[in-house]
Amino acid sequence: MSTLLEVRGISKSFRGLRAVTDASFEVPQGTIRALIGPNGAGKTTCFNVIAGVFAPDAGAITFDGRPIHGLRPDQVCRAGIGRTFQIVKPFAGLSVIENVIVGALKRAPSVPAAKKHAAEIVEKLGLGAKRDLPASSLTLPDRKRLEVARALATRPKLLLLDEVMAGLRPTECDQMVEIFREINRADGLTILLIEHVMRAVMALAQHVIVLNHGEVIARGTPAEVVRDAAVLECYLGEEAEV
Amino acid sequence: MNRAHALLALLVACLAALPLVANSYVLSVATLILFFAFAGQAWNVMMGFAGQLSLGHSLYVGVGAYAAAGLYFHYGLGAWAGIWLAIALCVLLGAAIGFLAFRFGISGVYFALLTIAFAEFTRIGFDHIDWLGGPGGLFIKVEHRVGWDLVNLRGAPAMFYYVMLALTAAAFALCAGLLRSRAGYYWQAIRENEEAAQALGINTFRWKMLAVVISAAMTAVAGVFFAFYYNNLFPEQIFHISRSIEIILGPIIGGLGTLFGPILGAAVLTVLADGITELLAALGWEFPGVKQVFYGIVLLAVIMFLPHGIWPALARKLGVGR
Amino acid sequence: MDPVNVINLVLAGVLTGLVYGLMALGLSVIFGVVRVVNFAHGEMMTIAMYAAVVLFATLGLDPFLAVLPVAAVFFALGYALQAGLINPFITRPEHSQFMLLVAVALIMVNALLIAFGPSARSVQLDYLLESIEVGPLLLDRGKVLAALVALATSALLFAFFKLTRTGKAIRACADNYLGAKVVGLDVKHLYALTFGLGSACVAVAGCMMVLLVDVTPVLGPAYTLLAFVIVIVGGLGSMTGALLGGVLIGVSEALAGLFITPSAKSMFSFGLLILVLLLRPQGLLGKKT
Repeated sequence: MSTLLEVRGISKSFRGLRAVTDASFEVPQGTIRALIGPNGAGKTTCFNVIAGVFAPDAGAITFDGRPIHGLRPDQVCRAGIGRTFQIVKPFAGLSVIENVIVGALKRAPSVPAAKKHAAEIVEKLGLGAKRDLPASSLTLPDRKRLEVARALATRPKLLLLDEVMAGLRPTECDQMVEIFREINRADGLTILLIEHVMRAVMALAQHVIVLNHGEVIARGTPAEVVRDAAVLECYLGEEAEV
Repeated sequence: MNRAHALLALLVACLAALPLVANSYVLSVATLILFFAFAGQAWNVMMGFAGQLSLGHSLYVGVGAYAAAGLYFHYGLGAWAGIWLAIALCVLLGAAIGFLAFRFGISGVYFALLTIAFAEFTRIGFDHIDWLGGPGGLFIKVEHRVGWDLVNLRGAPAMFYYVMLALTAAAFALCAGLLRSRAGYYWQAIRENEEAAQALGINTFRWKMLAVVISAAMTAVAGVFFAFYYNNLFPEQIFHISRSIEIILGPIIGGLGTLFGPILGAAVLTVLADGITELLAALGWEFPGVKQVFYGIVLLAVIMFLPHGIWPALARKLGVGR
Repeated sequence: MDPVNVINLVLAGVLTGLVYGLMALGLSVIFGVVRVVNFAHGEMMTIAMYAAVVLFATLGLDPFLAVLPVAAVFFALGYALQAGLINPFITRPEHSQFMLLVAVALIMVNALLIAFGPSARSVQLDYLLESIEVGPLLLDRGKVLAALVALATSALLFAFFKLTRTGKAIRACADNYLGAKVVGLDVKHLYALTFGLGSACVAVAGCMMVLLVDVTPVLGPAYTLLAFVIVIVGGLGSMTGALLGGVLIGVSEALAGLFITPSAKSMFSFGLLILVLLLRPQGLLGKKT
């Protein structure tokens, strides 16, 4: 199992505030890994650095053997990384299928080919019935599915999911988990997800990386991490005398 | 879509037959409508498709007009030569403005202000270019008002009408093609959410530049037509911000980002404006500026009550698509 | 090129610039707080100028006195414009609001054209024609008085925002719209108030401007652009920046008139705008967002 994504010693500050400090982790090909940690831990900053929104102040990111740190977001996508946003960004004026076609055009040689691929993905994500509705009319769970569908349409090797489960009911969450499991199993898609919803983390992730105050404080299987003292402390605080 | 095609064919047939039945006044109004429809289409590519608000499009009309007129005035080279120079110059200008704006991350209202600044700068600049007539204007000899010289764009009013009709039809076809293509999808994605577009692998800088350059080139052609139709050019007039606003009224009132919007908007606006001016003149009230007040009121009304323009609502009634 | 002459010219530019600055201050307040791109700003200034002309022609009212009623009326109209026309559309995309004011500006300019015709009007006051001598320097009395009024008005505005409760509330809205709402501030009312204040500034600036130049309807768009140049060069959200920018533009126009042809002086302003937009969009004194 080769390493698809390798993050080495990444640091990023914003006007003196250190968001991420010397973070290192890797995501092997074909696995599902989760990045967790309390709010403000630097998880989304990590994603943004990987996705090219920011260049890291220090460190290197290697994807599929090639360095990608410092590349523009569109170049990172072309290298094979797809991403969703924490606050979904649908193309509100376009229909559901048109949203996904935009993504599909990345790798499709022609518009008809993109339309075909987009239609398949829309079905796979359960949006088939709503394909011609304007994206602005969708409910939040559907918007999240659209966000994922769009990113999937670019045929990524690695999918970055930023808190995709937030705001979903348990049944909706389970449905999403199933979709990701299926894609990972059938197409071998590698997934790195940021999640607060532990239900999804436990169900999906084979390996978890824990961030706190911008630093990696623990890694391991979900079961290991959940019992790790440092992790418990950062989520629950120091043990108080009852 | 068949219904839409039928209606479209009907429209084109009517427009083609117009010179046979209309008097010269109606023909001139129709030519003006088509001019604004064409220029509006050009502007629509930048704003309606790619979401970049330009309020300085008079720059391209003016540069295109002066380029062609200058060649004819000084070297006797007709429109056939002028059009290439006009397009080349405007493509360069558009590319420069786009490059500066997008590289430096200028967007939205600031971009609009930048385009205004460039147009104004050029307006005052041309006042000082004596080789092109300066503030006194550049006048082209009006000759052969009969017969058609398409190569030099000298001829009867009917010729100008058909040229403008052909240009507008070509622009319509071009825009329809663009909308359906990769460019159309990418532009709309950029317009809706540039960050999300980038995350999907779209090089937004390159595609925005393309929109600006295509828009500039098309508007340059409008400028060339303007030069040979009106036969006189004044920097104060052609580069003025009012020209830029006139160009955008059609698309906004008709429907931003749609194919028919600019045409419908130009038609509605010109017909109503002329109608009102005629009505007031008949009542004995001749005021400069009435037409513009009318434009302002219609614009206000459309923005407030029909924010997507007239065409989308009309299209639904007619049962056609975009 | 007599150095005294040049200094006189520069000083005249500074004085005119202060009036420009007051006009731009109005825009800075509106743009900075309500975030509305008031494309009708110059047209409002022109209307104020005409108001002063009319009041002088019909009632013989000195513009220095006309300032008060004109400012009051403009305050009310500005409040109404924001409350009635702009507030309801505050959720619309940016370019929609912009076009709204483009439409208003279009109507204003041409309404003036219809009402007053294209020829220039002015206010002639004998006591303004005298010059004030300060050593070897010669200052135009009209310019000095106009500049003083501009400064006084600006000072009043500064004081309002720094010292009064409403002023601080408005600043809070500008800093944090949502936060202001959460603490219970009536944001819509405060926005309208701000637009009213900005309009009142423009009114005063207009009454003073008409003492310096003749007014024609076409000045509207020119002043709008000038106001934006000043605000952007001086820095968005900075009131001192607006005044400073005004003075800068006033002086550069005066000097440009001396070294290049006078008609080209606006080219300089636009060139400056382009440079500032590209290189330092936060302006000289503005804060980087």
